[in-house]
Amino acid sequence: MQARKEVVLILDDGSRFRGYSFGYDKAVAGEVVFNTAMTGYPESLTDPSYAGQLMVLTYPLVGNYGVPRQTFEPDGISTFLESEKIHAEAIIVSDYSENFSHWNAVESLADWLKREKIAGITGIDTRALTKLLREKGSMKGKIVFDDENEIDFIDPNLINQVARVSCKEVITYGSGKKRVVLVDCGVKHNIIRCLLKRDVTLIRVPWDYDFNTIDYDGLFISNGPGDPDMCETTVSHIRTAMKTGKPIFGICMGNQLLAKAGGAKIFKLKYGHRSHNQPVRMVGTNKCFITSQNHGFAVDNNTLGDDWEPLFLNMNDGTNEGIRHKTLPFFSAQFHPEAASGPTDTEFLFDTFIDKI
Amino acid sequence: MDTTIKKVLLLGSGALKIGEAGEFDYSGSQALKALREEGIETILINPNIATVQTSEGVADHIYFLPVTPFFVEKVIAKERPQGILLSFGGQTALNCGVALYREGILEKYGVQVLGTPVQAIMDTEDRELFVKKLDEIHIKTIKSEAVENIADARAAALRLGYPVIIRAAYALGGLGSGFCDNEEELDKLVEKAFSFSPQVLVEKSLKGWKEIEYEVVRDRYDNCITVCNMENFDPLGIHTGESIVIAPSQTLTNSEYHKLRELAIRIIRHIGIVGECNVQYAFDPESEDYRVIEVNARLSRSSALASKATGYPLAFVAAKLGLGYGLFELKNSVTQTTSAFFEPALDYVVCKIPRWDLGKFHGVSRELGSSMKSVGEVMAIGRTFEEAMQKGLRMIGQGMHGFVENKELVIDDIDKALREPTDKRVFVISKAMRAGYTVDQIHDLTRIDRWFLEKLHNIVRTADELETYNQLEALPLDLLIRAKREGFSDFQIARAVLKGGDMDANILRVRMFRKSHDVVPVVKQIDTLAAEYPAQTNYLYLTYCGTEHDIHYLGDRRSVVVLGSGAYRIGSSVEFDWCGVNALNTIRKEGYRSVMINYNPETVSTDYDMCDRLYFDELTFERVLDILDLENPHGVIVSTGGQIPNNLALKLADQGVNILGTSAASIDNAEDRNKFSAMCDRVGIDQPAWRELTSMDDIDEFIAEVGFPVLVRPSYVLSGAAMNVCSNHDELVRFLELAANVSKKHPVVVSQFIEHAKEVEMDAVAEKGEIIAYAISEHIEFAGVHSGDATIQFPPQKLYMETIRRVKRISKLIAKELNISGPFNIQFLAKENAIKVIECNLRASRSFPFISKVLKINFIELATRIMLGLPVEKPHHTLFDIDYVGIKASQFSFSRLQKADPVLGVDMVSTGEVGCLGNDTDCAILKSMISVGQRIPDKSKGILLSTGTAKQKIDMLPAAEQLYRKGYKLYATGGTHKMLESNGIPSTRVAWPDETDAPQALDLLHRKEIDLVVNIPKNLSADELDNGYKIRRAAIDLNIPLITNSRLASAFINAFCQIDLDTLEIKSWEEY
Repeated sequence: MQARKEVVLILDDGSRFRGYSFGYDKAVAGEVVFNTAMTGYPESLTDPSYAGQLMVLTYPLVGNYGVPRQTFEPDGISTFLESEKIHAEAIIVSDYSENFSHWNAVESLADWLKREKIAGITGIDTRALTKLLREKGSMKGKIVFDDENEIDFIDPNLINQVARVSCKEVITYGSGKKRVVLVDCGVKHNIIRCLLKRDVTLIRVPWDYDFNTIDYDGLFISNGPGDPDMCETTVSHIRTAMKTGKPIFGICMGNQLLAKAGGAKIFKLKYGHRSHNQPVRMVGTNKCFITSQNHGFAVDNNTLGDDWEPLFLNMNDGTNEGIRHKTLPFFSAQFHPEAASGPTDTEFLFDTFIDKI
Repeated sequence: MDTTIKKVLLLGSGALKIGEAGEFDYSGSQALKALREEGIETILINPNIATVQTSEGVADHIYFLPVTPFFVEKVIAKERPQGILLSFGGQTALNCGVALYREGILEKYGVQVLGTPVQAIMDTEDRELFVKKLDEIHIKTIKSEAVENIADARAAALRLGYPVIIRAAYALGGLGSGFCDNEEELDKLVEKAFSFSPQVLVEKSLKGWKEIEYEVVRDRYDNCITVCNMENFDPLGIHTGESIVIAPSQTLTNSEYHKLRELAIRIIRHIGIVGECNVQYAFDPESEDYRVIEVNARLSRSSALASKATGYPLAFVAAKLGLGYGLFELKNSVTQTTSAFFEPALDYVVCKIPRWDLGKFHGVSRELGSSMKSVGEVMAIGRTFEEAMQKGLRMIGQGMHGFVENKELVIDDIDKALREPTDKRVFVISKAMRAGYTVDQIHDLTRIDRWFLEKLHNIVRTADELETYNQLEALPLDLLIRAKREGFSDFQIARAVLKGGDMDANILRVRMFRKSHDVVPVVKQIDTLAAEYPAQTNYLYLTYCGTEHDIHYLGDRRSVVVLGSGAYRIGSSVEFDWCGVNALNTIRKEGYRSVMINYNPETVSTDYDMCDRLYFDELTFERVLDILDLENPHGVIVSTGGQIPNNLALKLADQGVNILGTSAASIDNAEDRNKFSAMCDRVGIDQPAWRELTSMDDIDEFIAEVGFPVLVRPSYVLSGAAMNVCSNHDELVRFLELAANVSKKHPVVVSQFIEHAKEVEMDAVAEKGEIIAYAISEHIEFAGVHSGDATIQFPPQKLYMETIRRVKRISKLIAKELNISGPFNIQFLAKENAIKVIECNLRASRSFPFISKVLKINFIELATRIMLGLPVEKPHHTLFDIDYVGIKASQFSFSRLQKADPVLGVDMVSTGEVGCLGNDTDCAILKSMISVGQRIPDKSKGILLSTGTAKQKIDMLPAAEQLYRKGYKLYATGGTHKMLESNGIPSTRVAWPDETDAPQALDLLHRKEIDLVVNIPKNLSADELDNGYKIRRAAIDLNIPLITNSRLASAFINAFCQIDLDTLEIKSWEEY
């Protein structure tokens, strides 16, 4: 076993957690959030929604199955992962597994982190840390090596994270009859895969691109990191699009932006939903689904306009998990129907969207 | 919820047996709780009297009757329930339910099956239907062919290609199944499988694939969740009950995990389960290819494990869903605020390890395979795999201290031992690693995933590092912390660093050293949501991977800690769970905080609802002290959990722990053979003569005094059973040479063995030396059959009053001498009226639930009140006031233990028991014997008698005569035939396997012409054992009832000849 450097995780309430670095040895800062999923660290790390965040995994054993090769399909979509690179600032675990074992792995998590210059720390009481975040809410935090002032605290929600991770130009995929515009606020590649599987022409546009200038049949608004209030440009484009009555489907950040376009308000959850086991119920039915989630902000149900209603509600805390327009084909989900990582129960929502077009 | 259902019948699983054990007490108890909460009147049929579910207040009406269609129909006719639950009593209840459905009995009485419909059950149980069902939704199953004769089996195997696996349809936990590499092996296995089932399955073997299980729940609105997935440490080929199992899966990627999850949900929807089921997969380690192995449409061992592993009460929820609830209408019972429709997120790892007792059986095959042999299991929780694994290896209680630092294992051929796994498998891996085998080499030989092996290798590496030090003070602190995080006990560290010496003292040195450096474990909660939501859960474990406790300790000294009984094993099982649960109930009722320490996932005592705090952790001296340091309790109860806590009493007391009730010194005075004998001599209590001897000459000299036979108990056993009765010098020499070592270091205890003596048991509760309540029971068998295997009658029916009086007098003397406050048990030998004490335990015994329930006085409640220092009154009635009889009969699991000789002796071999009530002995015997799998022989078939020694032959004559008069055709081996003939009882002589001059007994058995075998071993001579063994083993393998004791055989034969089953009164417990 190689010698590992000691590190300290410092939270902005002054709490300290000591551990060891197993990733790239650099001081980092961001918002500390926890995720209770038991699998899927390669997917989560490459999920652009984690931009600016230090991701705590509550499941203690991490790295077991290594990391698959980062290759890309001819259209530029990653073969196994959710984007081109790791977006999280750091991964924080209890027991990093030095050795991995899997037929599809090409390197260890540690080697990958080092290659992508991302911090990884182990030996942390992640349960104690999670309880702290649960009680005090998500906090700013930093990982330092020798000197506590190596780096300053950063609040990623003050930065336009969407602008950082969105594509910079229009990209077109597929050649299906139905033309779908995908507004990239930090889209996960599995959303693109799920849409392409349904034989569409997909036009991926940057977050602030005025897609109303192009010809399309359906509008999709993706997930993305940070504070939705940074995306007023996108919201106003959506508002314009709504006038056409063409189908709109949003996921995660997309749910929040659609809600904002419909006049609703967004608030920051104390510590967000980041897990594979969030139960949601389709409003007015007995249908319940286990969903994969990753969000720190939520739509305020009480502020939905008269034309709108909640589509899904979280069965644990009653928060909004999706909205729909009462008469027009606009709907969205706060959770991730594309899964990757997480349960695949709600992939049918993509069918619902395509059928509406 | 369906409000028309007001009365529901639940079928239990009967006696504990291999493949069907305590997990069904847990699931049944949970289901009954769920029903009662709804105000539904509940009826339970379960002859297993030692269970918690058959206790007062769990069900409204309890029937201690066999779970067979005959008896269940009678209960239905009497009680007329509207609903029946079939999925909480294992395969026994499921099979019985399917039979009732097929025979139209459920329809006849208008009984609705709640939860999963019977058709869905049949679709999963019948392999052909099952494969067809899954083919409909394009889900891959293991290629398998159902055959109904041996020729078709051979043809199928040729088509599929060897190796193939043979399974009997509709059989419990892989009964009658196995792998065959060629036709010869196939012929043997198929014949056996056909004896269990008319349908046998031949399947392609997928040895080396991963084995993964999912626990899936579905409600009637089609909402589905998977509560837990689990990965077997051992690859496919070893029955999941024989395998170390890890939850959640460790080597699956997100894509694999969710692929199998999605399939599981598609399967449960298509089959139409309402409630819970288990889906088992074979999973290719080199791709995402899979096969579905099977679906269990009921609660199972795995579901009990999953409930304990996650905190999600599967049985409770399944029962509610059976009543028509939706998952969204139920709450998560841990958080009480979030929904029951969710999937638990674990922030720890769980490791299940099986417990085997193969050493107790003569001749048993120790190889692990597709049929289950383990008798119990443990679950260990940690925040590293290494920690969970090492905890678990200590918990199984077979003298191991973890993965390393154990007694050296002698293995001739490590390669072979790795390739052909036995119950020692994991320790062979340890040995191999220490011998320099690489992870790759071990992987090649075992096909165990490298990830698991690498983790185990970490433990070996840490042990190597620890061993480079010779003093604790020289040990780097981070190495010590790493060792603790990898689950090293103080003992292991002491052995690695301090090497030898007084280990008890060394353990304490390590303890003090680490505490002085603040290296102590932290307490964490199991909360189902990985700390995402606040939970008031009291479900706890300890780990070194953490910096802070989840629990805030008040230090109010209001806790009373009950030490549980650990893994179920031969000699200690559900009866001690009942004792523990009753102690907890009493503690709670009296206003103390009830705290349980136990680690057996099959139990009710490890249900976090049963106490105020549950520490799901080790019962080692180290861990118990760790917990007591935190709990700072009022006191500790060591007398309700069997021998494990009993053995800790003195050591804990030495550390200043307040042992409640009888003092640790008194416990020691009873446990220590010399001290106990000295006391008996002092007060004039007789014992069989015994001596602790260190040489053959001394042994001969002692035997010259007392004569043969003698009971020999070596302190160091090389192989085989720990005790033996020797009738002559040859046997003695053979036993001591083969099985034991006699030396100064390893003395042998030799006791006089009294033949044809009755064995009498005293179970009692005393307060400050005065007996408050007692129960005297008698064994049907003469002494020589272990009390755990004997058939016990209570109240005694055939004891002299004088004997009873003397037993009472001696018991009073002992209670007074040892100043007992709490439960105790004394075993006596009675011959004429001479009474000798053979054993005394100052703790609850195996028979406490039996006598408590028959007498309707809760002895544990009384004992617990006494231990808490509360006033108690002597009960108003005694055994002399009850006008019915209870019979406790033993359940054997020989059919699962390939090649084991199914004989009874001084070492216990039964895996479970039942207790039935009747208006007289015959009624109770009949019910209890049917409950343990005996059946009334079919008159179209015969009965085979080989009745042992001359004396036993004479003893058996009246029974044989009754059989003859009743019209049974009798077959008998030579001597027995002669004896019957000279007494005017006709029989057909058959030949022993080594004779050739008459029809072969074995042929008759194979032709299914025999429906009961009475085979009494005459002596321990090699020929006798071999001949008899072949017949006994054939009976077991061909599923023909076998009795090997003349007194029990007579009692059973007498009962079924005297009584017509149809005339038996069907009475619930409260009606007696």
